[in-house]
Amino acid sequence: MQRAYPEKPAQVYFFGTCLIDLFYPEAGMAGIQLLEREGVKVIYPQQQSCCGQPAYNSGYDNEARKVAAAQIACLQGGLPVVVPSASCADMFRHHYPDLFADTPLRKQALDLAARTYELTEFLAHVCKVRLVDHGPAATVAIHNSCSAQRGMKTAQDAISLLRQMRNVAIVQQERASECCGFGGTFAVKAPDISNAMVQDKCDNLLATGASDLVSGDCGCLMNISGALEKRKETLPAQHIASFIWERTQ
Amino acid sequence: MSRFEPATVNLEFDKRVGDALQDQELRANFRGAMDFLMGKRAAMFPDKEGLEALRTQGEAIRNRCLSQLPELLEQFEQRCTENGIQVHWAETAQEANAIILEIMHKHDATRMVKGKSMASEEIGLNHFLADHGVECLETDMGEYIVQLADETPSHIIMPAIHKNKQQIARLFNQKIDGVEYSENVDRLIGIGRDVLRQKFFEADVGLSGVNFAVAETGTLCLVENEGNGRMTTTVPPVHIALCGIEKVVESLRDIPPLLKLLTRSATGQAITTYFNMISSPRKPDEKDGPKEVHVVLLDNGRSRMYADKQLQQTLRCIRCGACMNHCPVYTRIGGHAYGTTYPGPIGQVVSPQIWGLHTAGSITKACSLNGACGEACPVKIPLADLIRRLRYESNNSEPTSVPAPRGQGALRKRSEAVTWKLWALLLHKPGLYALALFIATRLRALAPRRIGPWTRYRSAPKPAARSLHELAAQRSQSNASSQEHGRHE
Ligand code: SF4
Repeated sequence: MQRAYPEKPAQVYFFGTCLIDLFYPEAGMAGIQLLEREGVKVIYPQQQSCCGQPAYNSGYDNEARKVAAAQIACLQGGLPVVVPSASCADMFRHHYPDLFADTPLRKQALDLAARTYELTEFLAHVCKVRLVDHGPAATVAIHNSCSAQRGMKTAQDAISLLRQMRNVAIVQQERASECCGFGGTFAVKAPDISNAMVQDKCDNLLATGASDLVSGDCGCLMNISGALEKRKETLPAQHIASFIWERTQ
Repeated sequence: MSRFEPATVNLEFDKRVGDALQDQELRANFRGAMDFLMGKRAAMFPDKEGLEALRTQGEAIRNRCLSQLPELLEQFEQRCTENGIQVHWAETAQEANAIILEIMHKHDATRMVKGKSMASEEIGLNHFLADHGVECLETDMGEYIVQLADETPSHIIMPAIHKNKQQIARLFNQKIDGVEYSENVDRLIGIGRDVLRQKFFEADVGLSGVNFAVAETGTLCLVENEGNGRMTTTVPPVHIALCGIEKVVESLRDIPPLLKLLTRSATGQAITTYFNMISSPRKPDEKDGPKEVHVVLLDNGRSRMYADKQLQQTLRCIRCGACMNHCPVYTRIGGHAYGTTYPGPIGQVVSPQIWGLHTAGSITKACSLNGACGEACPVKIPLADLIRRLRYESNNSEPTSVPAPRGQGALRKRSEAVTWKLWALLLHKPGLYALALFIATRLRALAPRRIGPWTRYRSAPKPAARSLHELAAQRSQSNASSQEHGRHE
């Protein structure tokens, strides 16, 4: 069932995610600029930090709850929350309600869940963007995170945005839907398995001959481009927001 | 891996995984087999909405049956007894083994043929019987191969999927008298058949698993492809069925949708070659069938799973193996790496609950929570959520459900717990987090080039010169001042 989308709001909150904050701030800025270009005022609450997923996935619920509660606190007030990561959006949308199920914050968690959108989802369905591509010809491989495919089911939105771009050709990789092996702490707790997965992902991506790699999740990007770099192979990788913003100005 | 040793699961898990990843032949065998099986399943469900509707139906049937589990089990026992099937209850693996041995003793039986039964692997039946002088022969072709090789199954549906035909040819050639090396698959199956055929007639007892136990009619249903299940349950004079208590369904009407989901999800078959329904021992006017039929209802940790609302979902499982086939981790390490009877995603959920987290909890770390398993599961078990829950239980010692999962808190590591405490402290106090960001961005030149296992295979990410926090603050300031400006102009 498709989600019912609201009219384009005047204002939104932007939740940057901790990875973007520290390692890929340009992706966050691109997301903010894309939204503002659509006439949506973006508020970036300075109190935000991390959705709490790393601890949650490792089975440290109390710690995750502590950090999650701080996000709930700074994202109050009914505005839609736009997140440039399906994985963190999934945490808000689907895991906060579980995490706070038997606590006083339950209602607020449900409220936040209902207001949360992944960036490409918001651009495609709420802003209904029309993108005008000014970039050079590119052949792009998309890596959709597992959360985009399964949790948030927004994988199609990234594709539909890229399809609007005149000079962009999307190339298909083998086993496109397979996990890249990041999985947050999985990459550290089961490093050898994770490595086997990311090496295959790199092979499949390189085999496409793509000029660029684009993803809606910086966790996957960090994993894949980190592995490519170690292998001394080049496939420029960007968050989809950066990629779109750079080509459409 | 000749014997499943619970004691070694946690201890040797990392080593097993390492060995499996090194074994290129094994990895090629699994990759090929899993790609094939995923393709077969996909071809069986061309219509996405139809599949979803069927999964919803399957989930609902299993939930309804589980919600009445105690009553259905009683009804099942009563119907079986009326039909002349003898019912036994086993709370533990030891009890189940003892019950089976006692039945063997009662008949002075020393030879058993077995149809495929994961529950019998779960209780370590073969070795238990061997220790008591009973010969126990696997008759499912995959199980037979695995038994010949002195291994355990590496998949719950396809026990010998880790072997290619060359390996099987070598095995037959070495282990079966007078068999020449042949890679011809039909020939290999023929050889297995010849060996087994004779054994069916010599056996005193046949043992099988159960796919569905029907409460309304007291019927045991058995799904199979090779006919060995039918032979096992009809040729020897005594048939023992080993059945997990969760396998009971309310009525015969519940079976068609579940069967459809089972065979399509498992092997991509619309239907299997055989579907056996066993409702009683041989009746006076009947020409074949066993004189005695026994059902052993096995708990072995299942009622503990039942007690917790979330973990109870584990029991919906119809053992199709689709979660394994779709798991990117299983595909790379294969079933033996888990070191438990049940591997893959469902194994990561079931095994720690049967043998306790202190024994088998470590296998839950072999999961990236990518969710491919739950997406494939025909009865919509949220496997990733359950794996995550068990990780929590592994390092949490506050009571959650009664009774709590066995071994709760047993894998808690002080260093890890402290790390997460610090992490939470840093991230829930905005001032501290801002300070940390500031330091990391300003000292980015000093960022470590090695970060534990991460940089073994990847280069280290480098902090940006300015965090998004800073960039966003600057932007909103300059926006505000340009608006100010605009107003004055
Ligand atoms: S958990 Fe689901 S997919 Fe896995 S074996 Fe059980 S029924 Fe099949």
